[in-house]
Amino acid sequence: MNFANQVLQWFLNSAHWQGDGGIPHRTFEHLAMSGAAVLAAGLIALPVGIAIGHFGRGGILAINISNIGRAVPSFAVLVIAVELFGIGALPAFIALVALAIPPMVTNSYIGMREVDADVREAARGMGMRQLAVLWQVELPIALPLIMAGIRTSAVNVVATATLAALVAWGGLGRFIVDGFGLQDYPMMFAGAIMVAILSLIVEFSMAGVQRLATPAGLRPSTSIRKEEPIGTALDAAVAA
Amino acid sequence: MLATGVVGAVDPWIRWSWISGHLDVITAALLQHIQLTLIAVLVGLVIAVPLGLVAWRSRVFRGPIFSLTGILYTIPSLALFSALVPFTGFTVLTAEIGLVSYTLLILIRNIVVGLNSVPDEVREAARGMGYRPLAELMRVDLPLAIPAIVAGVRIATVTTIGLVTVTALIGEGGLGSLIYDGLLRDFKTPLVVGTVLSVALALVADLSLAAAERIFTPWSRARATA
Repeated sequence: MNFANQVLQWFLNSAHWQGDGGIPHRTFEHLAMSGAAVLAAGLIALPVGIAIGHFGRGGILAINISNIGRAVPSFAVLVIAVELFGIGALPAFIALVALAIPPMVTNSYIGMREVDADVREAARGMGMRQLAVLWQVELPIALPLIMAGIRTSAVNVVATATLAALVAWGGLGRFIVDGFGLQDYPMMFAGAIMVAILSLIVEFSMAGVQRLATPAGLRPSTSIRKEEPIGTALDAAVAA
Repeated sequence: MLATGVVGAVDPWIRWSWISGHLDVITAALLQHIQLTLIAVLVGLVIAVPLGLVAWRSRVFRGPIFSLTGILYTIPSLALFSALVPFTGFTVLTAEIGLVSYTLLILIRNIVVGLNSVPDEVREAARGMGYRPLAELMRVDLPLAIPAIVAGVRIATVTTIGLVTVTALIGEGGLGSLIYDGLLRDFKTPLVVGTVLSVALALVADLSLAAAERIFTPWSRARATA
């Protein structure tokens, strides 16, 4: 009958579940592209943020890269990547990597800086070498914040991968953009629902991973994360 | 049309003649960008302040308020805008519903954090001096929460300025319409102009809000220099 029914019919149409343009393949594309971008960004950003935090130099850069990253519209980054690398998967991938880097740098830096100086000294006093302090003391304590950065980036990347349909790449954004072009609103709406659900699944599963990554001794009994302000030193952990 | 004029030649990143010939278009885009952002943040504040107070006072409502605004915050902007189009069309209303939705989590969370950070002794002292609950809220709690609240407004504003560009796809967009134009015509100048002005607008807005905070919280300045 009405719009809701049209959307339902769209989902029930078996043609929309088959082939390269079908829902399963588009979902796979979306997740594969997002996963690859987060992985590549992590390989670049985490060593940088951890090193800056460990050696305590360049902190201003590590903090501000997130603020600057927030001021640059992701849509603009995507279009600039197209101008530089043409259309398709490559510019989408590069834009997503560029967007995923700042929160990871900032959070891994903050995570390392938050490690209590007394704890670090105690580790050294116990005779641990620099590398052991890093691996066995600093990193485990910093891990929850590092994971928070990865989570922020992952959710951003899944969201922005939707926009990549505008630059002739696939993913679930395809349904939204093609729905626009064809004025096929049920398809557009169905695409929006799928993208929203995928983002929420990624957000919740990353939140779960973040909890698991927290060493047992550091787990708060109540949800302290909720109480942390956005916009202070920890803002990138929750808001970027 | 302009793109066809430069086919064959290499399209430079900046074509100054285009800029000088389109100052009116650029100004209009910038003004629309500012307008869309201002409306979104102001409406966001009008909704967030009461919800923030409720979330601060009531443990029962806090969870649902944070969950709901958190879900809105997580939904990608393009998905939210396009999900609204069948109902509200290609209008400013569609853009603003989406933009306001994204400000709520940031604003509410910072309002609650700011109010929670008021020391209990201060609150007790206020009560001891005979403040009634409303007077205490207006003259003690809220002023002391200003730094956290302003931090939230700053992030919400900068985030909104970035998101406004996406509304170009539903026929609004401000500076985003220049970026979209650059994409559609494969012409770099409007893309560069839109991006540079958008980033500049975000930085100017952020610094102005920071300056405003310093003016309105003279006590924290005194403490910082002490």
